[in-house]
Amino acid sequence: MTSPGEIYGIILALLFAVAAGLVGSFALMKRMLLASDVISHVALPGIGLAYLFGFSPIVGGATTLFLGTLLIWQLQKKTGLATDAMVGVVFAGSLAIGAALTPQEDLVEALFGRFQVLSFFTFLLGVAAVLLVMLVIFRFRDQLLLSLFSPELAAATSVRLDRLNLYFLLVFSLTVLVGLRFMGALLAGALIIIPATTGRRLASNVPRFLLSSCLASVAAVGLGLLITGFLLPNFSPGPIVVAVSALFFALSLLKETA
Amino acid sequence: MANPVLVLSVRKLSVSFGQRTVLHDLTFDVTRGENLAIIGPNGAGKTVLFRALLNQVPYEGSIEWAPDTKLGYVPQAIAADRQLPLQVDDLLTAKARLLKLPDEAVREAASIVGLGTELLTTRIGVLSGGQFQKAMITFALLGDPNVLLVDEPTASLDELAQEHIYELLEKLRLERNLTVLLVSHDLSVVYQFASKVLCLSKGRPCIGSPRDVLTPDTLAAVYSAVPKFYQHAHPHNIKE
Repeated sequence: MTSPGEIYGIILALLFAVAAGLVGSFALMKRMLLASDVISHVALPGIGLAYLFGFSPIVGGATTLFLGTLLIWQLQKKTGLATDAMVGVVFAGSLAIGAALTPQEDLVEALFGRFQVLSFFTFLLGVAAVLLVMLVIFRFRDQLLLSLFSPELAAATSVRLDRLNLYFLLVFSLTVLVGLRFMGALLAGALIIIPATTGRRLASNVPRFLLSSCLASVAAVGLGLLITGFLLPNFSPGPIVVAVSALFFALSLLKETA
Repeated sequence: MANPVLVLSVRKLSVSFGQRTVLHDLTFDVTRGENLAIIGPNGAGKTVLFRALLNQVPYEGSIEWAPDTKLGYVPQAIAADRQLPLQVDDLLTAKARLLKLPDEAVREAASIVGLGTELLTTRIGVLSGGQFQKAMITFALLGDPNVLLVDEPTASLDELAQEHIYELLEKLRLERNLTVLLVSHDLSVVYQFASKVLCLSKGRPCIGSPRDVLTPDTLAAVYSAVPKFYQHAHPHNIKE
């Protein structure tokens, strides 16, 4: 009934959810949640070019994603602009270019994603990427915490901020990339934003915050997949997952702030 | 004091940002166990001096620390995001892990400063000004520094809390033989605690004992106008 390719797809989607919850938690604390939208949109021109010239959309997306990440890092360093100031520029620009490049018949899929039946090789690549994200976040969690609290204090504790920011942005992009085909360029960033915001409402210290963000994210993907699998088979899972995630956030509003 | 040990030697230090020179040709020494107060009007470069000492900004001239120097840095009140789900404990543990300190290091540092267990599990955003500074001092003490750089620790505190923080710093200095470099606006505190004063201003910097530096004349030159504090000409121990 369920093929191995589908099972791979489900497992990778759930692992992506964990990575998105982790990365989102730190992005929320660094006040750069909106960057996830920018970064996922940056993938769109690459996906468009890939459809246009018939190579793998994930390669195209990865290329522009990587370039966009470096661009954002440089802009941050050079201009000292807050990350969200760049949102307006890069966000709209890449969405427009991407939409213009992507063939009309592929546009909906590029924007909103599609459930992926994965080959074993793609699955392994995805798992490796997610594990790398988790490892980097775990390895640098203390430095990230100090730097988001006070860059000066972190630097005085011999944290190399510049390098740390780059690592974080790269891990961030890698997470978006893993979720890109499944969630679509428009929504891949949403799973970084919404569960972290939900987790923040439920927790008052960092370990619990990370845990609740991951749980909120995994639950949204799990439930979203079940709904598309059994109730709405004609829908892309991306929008359903994001809608479920937003519903969780709405429910979290019932709780007093921690 | 026989043969004071040199902890810090600054020679011809200049820091500029683009066209603007913030520090110019600054030379001073700090010896072990000293409490150096750094005063001066806003914009005179007090915090910039600290950042240069911490090697966080490019500078000209030389800054030499004694080889065994371990720095602890207590920042100015940080406008910490009140929404951060960050507890005091989270922050202290992060530094302890980065420095590979044993598990009990956080508790030890907290007990030295008198930071209660309940404060360790309090979110940083809801700490009072005094509690926040104590948390920052605890943070600085992790890793057992022998020099503390303290940047205006009492900027937003009421007088009682200010007094408390200064007494705590003084107690730490004496008990742990720390060298303290302290940026302060509060000249009466400087007069009370500092063993040496460095004043930064647009004109010539000056350095000397509080009694020599904190005179109406020097202060007028430093601040361009006489601040509220002035050195009392009469001794303080007159029976009332």
